[in-house]
Amino acid sequence: MPVDSFKYLPRLIAAFYRMTDRQPELPIPWTSLPRSLSDCKFGLVTSGGLYHQSVEPPFDLARERQEPTWGDPTYRTLPTDIRQEEVEASHLHINTQSVLLDVNILLPIRRFQELAVEGRIGGLAKHAYSFMGYQGFPPDTIAWRETYGPQVAERLKAEEVGCVLLTPA
Amino acid sequence: MPVLARTLEAAGLSTILVTNMPFWAERVGVPRTLAVEFPFGHTLGRPHDTAQQMRVVRQALEVLETAEAPGTIVHSPETWPVPRREALKGWQPEAPSPIIQILAPRFREMVRQRRQHKA
Repeated sequence: MPVDSFKYLPRLIAAFYRMTDRQPELPIPWTSLPRSLSDCKFGLVTSGGLYHQSVEPPFDLARERQEPTWGDPTYRTLPTDIRQEEVEASHLHINTQSVLLDVNILLPIRRFQELAVEGRIGGLAKHAYSFMGYQGFPPDTIAWRETYGPQVAERLKAEEVGCVLLTPA
Repeated sequence: MPVLARTLEAAGLSTILVTNMPFWAERVGVPRTLAVEFPFGHTLGRPHDTAQQMRVVRQALEVLETAEAPGTIVHSPETWPVPRREALKGWQPEAPSPIIQILAPRFREMVRQRRQHKA
């Protein structure tokens, strides 16, 4: 059975999304796997609005409240040896209770450490990254595409990451 | 997030996106996608359900390994063990987001007008 994208959306938002007529910009980028996964170091990136408590600031929700058509395009860095209680979330569009119980539902750091021990993957980068998914209305992803996305890509590559798992919230 | 998948892929990384909205993955054009029918904010499963999380992650790795062309979308057979109505309520923030507070009345009006138009 194909996944129903609208199953968990309130009806009004679903109706609005369905009206969207958009075609992908071609070509879709493609980087072939550089090596077998057992030799590949992984990076993890989410848009769950996560941050490292007391080390980095939350996303700018004050400005979003003032200016609801704007969303913070910056990113936060989380060490992959972070303890659960050091993970915080700032996101006005989801209930963050679940991820504050278990970060692995968005940033699967323990699962990837297990996969590395097992030899299924080559390893996990020391740093993971979080964005905050709401990019304004209508969405403005220029800063993601031109500034913050490329910055995260460079930081991942500096850690010799070849593969990345992305998890929107 | 589909935009970030494209950006990282274009920068020379091989990416796999796991999402409950393959609708957007298709429309934006994502290199490789695993679609999961899970509520928002729970992309890899339920908190502390390590078996479910690992199943989804392993499926994602398989898609990463086997996809042969950009735009690949694979649908996960995983199901969510909580009734839809409860899950729909559970993932949403306690208060509607600032933009939804502004847009909800406008959406309602648009949908009403469409219905009238059809009638």
